[in-house]
Amino acid sequence: MSKTVKLNRGLDIKLVGKAEKRIAESPQPDTFAIRTADFIGLKRSKSLVNEGDIVKAGTPLFYDKKNEKIKFPSPVSGEVVEVLRGEKRKLLQIKILADKKIEYLEFPKYSASQIESLSRESVLDALTTSGVWINFIQRPFAIVANPNDTPKHIFISAFDSSPLAPDYSFIFQGEESYFLTGLNVLKKLTPGKVHLNIKGDAESSSAVEKATGIQVNKFYGPHPAGNVGIQIHHISPINKGDTVWTLTPYGVIQIGKLFAEGRYDASKIVALAGSEVKSPAYYRTYTGANIKNIVANNIKGTNVRYISGNVLTGEKIAADGYLGFYHNMITVIPEGNYSEFLGWITPDPKKYSFHKAFGLFSFLSPNKEYVLDTNLHGEERPFVQTGAMEKVLPMDIYPVLLLKAILANDYDGMEALGIYEVAEEDFALCEFIDVSKNDIQAMIREGINMIQQS
Amino acid sequence: MKALRNLLDKQKPLFAEGGKYGKFHYLFEAAETFMFVPAHTAPAKGVQVRDAIDLKRYMMTVVIAILPTLFFGMWNVGHQHYLATGEQADFLTKFLLGAKLTLPIVIVAYTAGGIVEVIFAIMRKHAINEGFLVTGILIPLIMPVTIPLWQVALATVFAVLLAKEVFGGTGMNVLNVAMTARAFLYFAYPTEISGNIWTYLPEGSKTVDGYSGATALSILNEASAAAVDAQSGALKALEASWYPDLFSFKSMFLGTIPGCIGETSTLMCLIGAAILIATGVGNWKIIFSVFAGAWVMGLLLNVLASSGIGNAFMGVPAHYHLVMGGLAFGAVYMATDPVSASQTETGKWFYGALIGIFTVLIRVFNPAYPEGIMLAVLLMNVFAPLIDFFVVDANKKRRLKRATV
Repeated sequence: MSKTVKLNRGLDIKLVGKAEKRIAESPQPDTFAIRTADFIGLKRSKSLVNEGDIVKAGTPLFYDKKNEKIKFPSPVSGEVVEVLRGEKRKLLQIKILADKKIEYLEFPKYSASQIESLSRESVLDALTTSGVWINFIQRPFAIVANPNDTPKHIFISAFDSSPLAPDYSFIFQGEESYFLTGLNVLKKLTPGKVHLNIKGDAESSSAVEKATGIQVNKFYGPHPAGNVGIQIHHISPINKGDTVWTLTPYGVIQIGKLFAEGRYDASKIVALAGSEVKSPAYYRTYTGANIKNIVANNIKGTNVRYISGNVLTGEKIAADGYLGFYHNMITVIPEGNYSEFLGWITPDPKKYSFHKAFGLFSFLSPNKEYVLDTNLHGEERPFVQTGAMEKVLPMDIYPVLLLKAILANDYDGMEALGIYEVAEEDFALCEFIDVSKNDIQAMIREGINMIQQS
Repeated sequence: MKALRNLLDKQKPLFAEGGKYGKFHYLFEAAETFMFVPAHTAPAKGVQVRDAIDLKRYMMTVVIAILPTLFFGMWNVGHQHYLATGEQADFLTKFLLGAKLTLPIVIVAYTAGGIVEVIFAIMRKHAINEGFLVTGILIPLIMPVTIPLWQVALATVFAVLLAKEVFGGTGMNVLNVAMTARAFLYFAYPTEISGNIWTYLPEGSKTVDGYSGATALSILNEASAAAVDAQSGALKALEASWYPDLFSFKSMFLGTIPGCIGETSTLMCLIGAAILIATGVGNWKIIFSVFAGAWVMGLLLNVLASSGIGNAFMGVPAHYHLVMGGLAFGAVYMATDPVSASQTETGKWFYGALIGIFTVLIRVFNPAYPEGIMLAVLLMNVFAPLIDFFVVDANKKRRLKRATV
């Protein structure tokens, strides 16, 4: 039974610099990198390549020592130019100088009827050997899934509601058949259902209409309606002992391409957005791309922050940094490294606040787009305000109490208050609106790590 | 502003760790961040942009919402003085007299509390917290204008120390700090904070015939002790005051009555409430439920009184309870304290309603304490975690019910 969920709580932060729906041309980046830090939960990785090795797209670069089945493949073909290690020789990043023409490692191809007759084991085997496995994120804990588990359900959020997010219907157009193939593969993996969660007030794509044997759920409301964690909470909440898997449409398409074409295809269309981009648009590249060529001559100032991902959950990278594995966008916003005279009390219509105590009349212009910088606008303080975080977290969870349980190392409290259901991204808006300027997403991850290791 | 910024930057190394005045780092930082929002930027991972509000702004909004009661209170201090002496005075004269008497109390409260804050910040090596911006103005407003300044200082130090700092500072306290200050004086120096001490009458000043400094609540208390007729006796005692219409419903609503500096005017409290609710700083559920709780309890007592049971105070119309004493002030500024109040939205209904109910119960049935809101707020501060416990427990049970392991 499909479900329709209407969410009232949440917040759409409207920012200047939405990407225009066109694919802009830029020289393809020379180097690509896969960083171990992008894979949360990956603690002990072992490199399979050395500097100077020649790899193809799909060649495993390193694996997870905790679970040797999980391999992390190269997005492009070329030469391994750097194996960067940190303290105690911990693997940090593998950099590849890409070929002009990408060569692919060959994997078996399957027709639709062959997929139909494949066993669960052989599907799992194909997914792990090729490396597309790392698209599977497991809940609870929001880490790369363990192929030895059997998930209760599989969830796919087919839209991104975060600020300046790329339009999925644009970046995935023309990939419908792969998406359908991917969905057929996923059906093999769970005794439960494959849930495809779509935006309620958007036109549904032909891929959604053609999909069979899955459950399509509609979600209405502001961000974080597109977060898969919120969707799971409203469809089939996670309890202690449950495991569900989640994927992005990109992952589903990648799986589809693996089965239909027999290759690990890491090509993707990414959005370059944000107030500091001269002409925000979309670019065709591959996972782990160096952003230097993409942003070249397209940035307004020099005091800017490059973010891999969106402004709520993304990560600051250098001007010649690399796109995160799970990211579909690069955001460029002004750096906020200035001190402002009486900035805490002077009214300023350019500033944006969820709280009426700052932007008392902002409700008069609900569609105004803002230029936000990275200034914290204050200092860290203990939790004082109550009731605000609940307004942006559409879950039956008491956010402040959960955070306090984490701070107090109260394992039972965390469990009872819903730590299994949350991931950092679900608390991103809480972090944004927090008057006390706490790093709430980091706290949530700390809590998840604690409960995972207990 | 650049000159000021440069000056601060020049002095900064002196106050840094290991600097000449390294010990006073947090004092310097407090002054610096008060003038300039620091250049701190969002960390590399996590939310890269942040809401424009901070705790300073949040607390300052409360201070702004308190100002109507402060200004009205200043005028009323003068007004009550000239009423008692029978002299004529214009608006400005009354206001200036009130300001002259009130400001020292405000300054003493801020200074005494501020010193404690600074000492703890230096000792604990944490930034000076904005919470005191609010406490420092609330304490003077719940004091009679005749209070000796040393008592204000002592009460403030006691409250900040024992109601806040021992728990870890702003955000960690269990009790409302300002209410604790008043409770301290109430029990330690009762003569200066109860009885006929509400009007400023310097030594040697003459009062009009029949003058009495009693408040509405103490008149009603005496009336009920004197076993006046439960139906209407208490109200008659209130109406028969030394000045015509002194304790009429209208006067009590407007606040032209004797009482603590800031808490006599229900109207000003409602203006403050409007500011708090419009800015989203004060919780409307708590404010509404305190009033509702008190009114319903008042009605209930009226019904009992009409059947001839109980004391005279019970017969006072329920809506009188909302304008007498400090109920409105307590409901708007004390009960809504986000730290000591109930943390859950459902809990806030119960928390507020119980404050209202207990206020009326204490007023009517406790002959020792004519004012109930102070004790009711402190009592419910202690019980707020218990209310939250039940609300959160229901949430936990829901989650546990679905679990399979």
